Amino acid sequence: MNLHLPLLLQTSNEEIIKRVEESTLSGTKVPQSSIEHEGASSFAQFYDSSYWFPEQASTFASSVDFLYMWIFWVSTIFFIAIVVAMVYFCVKYRRKGDKIEPLPSSSHNTLIEIAWSVGPSVLLVYMFFAGASGYFDSKISTENAEEIYVTASRWNWVFTYPNGDSSSELHLVKNQPTKLIMQSTDVLHSMFIPAFRQKMDIVPGRYTYAYMVPTKSGQYRLSCTEYCGREHSKMRTLAEVHDTPEERQENTQWLEDEYYPWKNGERIYKINCSGCHKVNGEAATGPALNLLYSMEERPVMDGKVAVNEEYVLESIWFPAAKVVEGYGPVSKMNSFKGKLTQDDVNQVIAYLKYLNNPADVAGGDIASGLRAEGGDSGSSEAATTTEEVKTEASEEEPATAGDA
Amino acid sequence: MATAEIRNKIFGTPETNYLNCTKGWKSWAFTLDHKRIGVMYLIGVTAALFLAGAFALVLRSHLIKFDSGMLSYDNYNKMFTLHGAVMVFAFIIPSVPAALGNFVLPMMLGAKDVAFPRMNLASFYLWIAGTGCLMAAILFGGGLDTGWTFYTPYSIETETGVIYATFGAFILGFSSIFTGLNFLVTVNTMRSPGQSWFKLPLFLWSLYATSIIQVLATPVLGITLLMLIAEKTMHIGIFDPRYGGDPVLFQHFFWFYSHPAVYIMILPAMGIISELISVYSQKRIFGYSFIAFSSVAIALLGFLVWGHHMFTSGQSPIVTLIFSAITFTVAIPSAVKVFNWLATLFKGSILLNTPMLYALSFIFLFGIGGLTGLFLGALSVDIHLHDTYFVVAHFHFVMVGGTLTALLGGLYHWWPKMFGRMYNDALGRIGCALVFIGFNVTFFPQFVMGARGMPRRYASYDPEFQIFHQISTAGAFVLGIGILMAYAVLIYAAFKGPKCGSNPFRAASMEWQSSSPPDFHNFIHQPTMNDPYDFDSQVYDEELDTFIPREFADPDKVPPRKEPVHH
Repeated sequence: MNLHLPLLLQTSNEEIIKRVEESTLSGTKVPQSSIEHEGASSFAQFYDSSYWFPEQASTFASSVDFLYMWIFWVSTIFFIAIVVAMVYFCVKYRRKGDKIEPLPSSSHNTLIEIAWSVGPSVLLVYMFFAGASGYFDSKISTENAEEIYVTASRWNWVFTYPNGDSSSELHLVKNQPTKLIMQSTDVLHSMFIPAFRQKMDIVPGRYTYAYMVPTKSGQYRLSCTEYCGREHSKMRTLAEVHDTPEERQENTQWLEDEYYPWKNGERIYKINCSGCHKVNGEAATGPALNLLYSMEERPVMDGKVAVNEEYVLESIWFPAAKVVEGYGPVSKMNSFKGKLTQDDVNQVIAYLKYLNNPADVAGGDIASGLRAEGGDSGSSEAATTTEEVKTEASEEEPATAGDA
Repeated sequence: MATAEIRNKIFGTPETNYLNCTKGWKSWAFTLDHKRIGVMYLIGVTAALFLAGAFALVLRSHLIKFDSGMLSYDNYNKMFTLHGAVMVFAFIIPSVPAALGNFVLPMMLGAKDVAFPRMNLASFYLWIAGTGCLMAAILFGGGLDTGWTFYTPYSIETETGVIYATFGAFILGFSSIFTGLNFLVTVNTMRSPGQSWFKLPLFLWSLYATSIIQVLATPVLGITLLMLIAEKTMHIGIFDPRYGGDPVLFQHFFWFYSHPAVYIMILPAMGIISELISVYSQKRIFGYSFIAFSSVAIALLGFLVWGHHMFTSGQSPIVTLIFSAITFTVAIPSAVKVFNWLATLFKGSILLNTPMLYALSFIFLFGIGGLTGLFLGALSVDIHLHDTYFVVAHFHFVMVGGTLTALLGGLYHWWPKMFGRMYNDALGRIGCALVFIGFNVTFFPQFVMGARGMPRRYASYDPEFQIFHQISTAGAFVLGIGILMAYAVLIYAAFKGPKCGSNPFRAASMEWQSSSPPDFHNFIHQPTMNDPYDFDSQVYDEELDTFIPREFADPDKVPPRKEPVHH
């Protein structure tokens, strides 16, 4: 038998990766290399746990993989035994001609039956204990765990760090025990990081927790695995593990030097609104925001409304009051009253105005882009737009990933 | 001893049978005959299978590309929800018990009908009404996008036809309870004289175990769905956190029914396989009592493992631990059945015709479905695999590889009895091969995807999984063609197949002592009660070209009784 027959099952496909980077449809932040699968890629290597799993990037990943492969081999041995016996009997004892009478044989043997009922149970007991101990390992928080608050909403992630920074990707520090304290503002969600082998539902009305100790720096997928409505499959983001806390901070903190209202508004937008509202003119779950201040009046359900500060505040605090034409009740937005203060909204308004015409707002000549390049925060020539930052990074990233 | 004339009258092809004894649509719509109700159920569930199967093919076509625009996200979500809801509630749960079980169960007891024929017909009309409500959700309710599980609070918030659909599932629950109750009473009270519990065919043991679950678990689903409707319309605050409710409570209620419901789906299938393996090996089933009691054990343990659907839901770790432990115990009775089937094949006289090939594919596919359950029972591994395609593949191996395969096998086994005509065995086997190959190609790649972290219910996905989805889609179309072909062969046979005798396969259970197709009263004589796995009790009759009980055969031509083997 040719074990290389399932050549098709190979994963790595450079062309597809390229396409996702170019794809405008991909509103999610897939890891720029987009492939976590560095191990065995052909089904001929099915015996290797790296064929079945993404890379191991947390402390308990290896024990999960070990148990998986252990059960895999037990199952495989039993399965092959069953199928071989079945096929052998069917060939050997197949009915020949009209000879319908079977050979004489026993139809009952208590000893054998008890043996094959009880015997395999020993294996089951091991599976249970190994699974349970691995489970409790992944549930116990260490004392020095860093606490990160996670707020999941349709269809957006916000991660808030102990120093008050927040981001829409999860940034972690290598070897730092971490406790995620998770809550949902609307329906059920679930936080799943395959590379960490960790998953936990996020339940509205209560807190749930997930623990992890990342052991490998890099970018990993983080997905929502509890169905949460229309853009469930877009509720994906990155979990990025950094080598040092400083490096992490560069990715999460907002830099004081650029403290113009519109800049802060952009940050608020990215954390709270970008899941549903795009700024590239494309309609998503909600209407695009960059066009808002280019119009004087906007068509809504019951007529038209003047675009002004009052309208923006109302739309954020009481989203159901005036729904933009073409956006149905299914995609209804949650109220941000209590989450965004009036001052926050003012800064968002500044950002909206900046999107329409940078010259309209104070500091509008400063380039957009949340992250500063390098450590040199003062330089305004760093990045020009968010889009460009992304493109540049994505061009470099596959190369580095390949080298690693 | 019977004369040739009596033999011909009892076992020959009759002029009037249950199909043609009365005519006109009213004679079907108001029939109380369990055989006609079984046939109507069969037509109904088959229609549901084709509808939900078409949804599946649309889904698979959408998933060919990682950023496919074939369906909008909303439509994709509706499509997978309807695929699941129609398959589970309208097809799989009633498929084997209500269609095949209805036809076969009373005849296996030598009875004229079920205990409550009117209730039986009511069950069918409740099925029509419930399925109608599900269809109403599609036609008038704007579809349904909650997933077949109706998880709160999403199901409370969504504006799609949740109320239509949950009400439909509620009514279908009553249909299921009616069938279950009917079967329990029938088996308890209407067995033939001398037919003790341990002389029941194993299919009846499994139907009996299934009925216990239907009667005990289904009311919980009914109550839960009514509470969901009340929550949605009146905000009573049981499941909705905004009013002080707990969404996880819904999951407990839901799975308290829906996990046992998994055994409603698989137990009757296992019963069919016990019959097929034994008949087509012409050998007494190995370890009768172990198989019989394993059905009951599975039914009872099935009530205690619902929490394994909720390992990541936020339920307490201790509860999680207990559910994991009990989950592993279910593996034992399931394994016992597989080992006993293999032991039955040993030294048998194995006929590899269509129903037997389905039985053998069942052992293969259910083997994979069952063994992958071990991965999901182990806590730490399940945390990783939960809600990924691994789970999707696992339960499709059990429900499609298990139940659907067994249903087709059972149809090919009892079809000659139901319609008195034989199918084309070669074409039947080709259909079986297509189903087997198509199924494996569809679902095996999903194990790999799932382990690598592909979440379920995703309308778009990371491109690294695209190749697996493409293989899966190709397999789905082969599977679809296979199922169509399997049904086409059967339907052709029902109308145009060559006539066959009363017992072409030399089965020993009582339903084969009726003519094919059976008389309206099932039997025109007192059927001989014998051991359902004593195939030596049936002898070949040349004139009728079929097998008949020794008692009715021409004494001059009857071969001597084989020495029974005792151990």
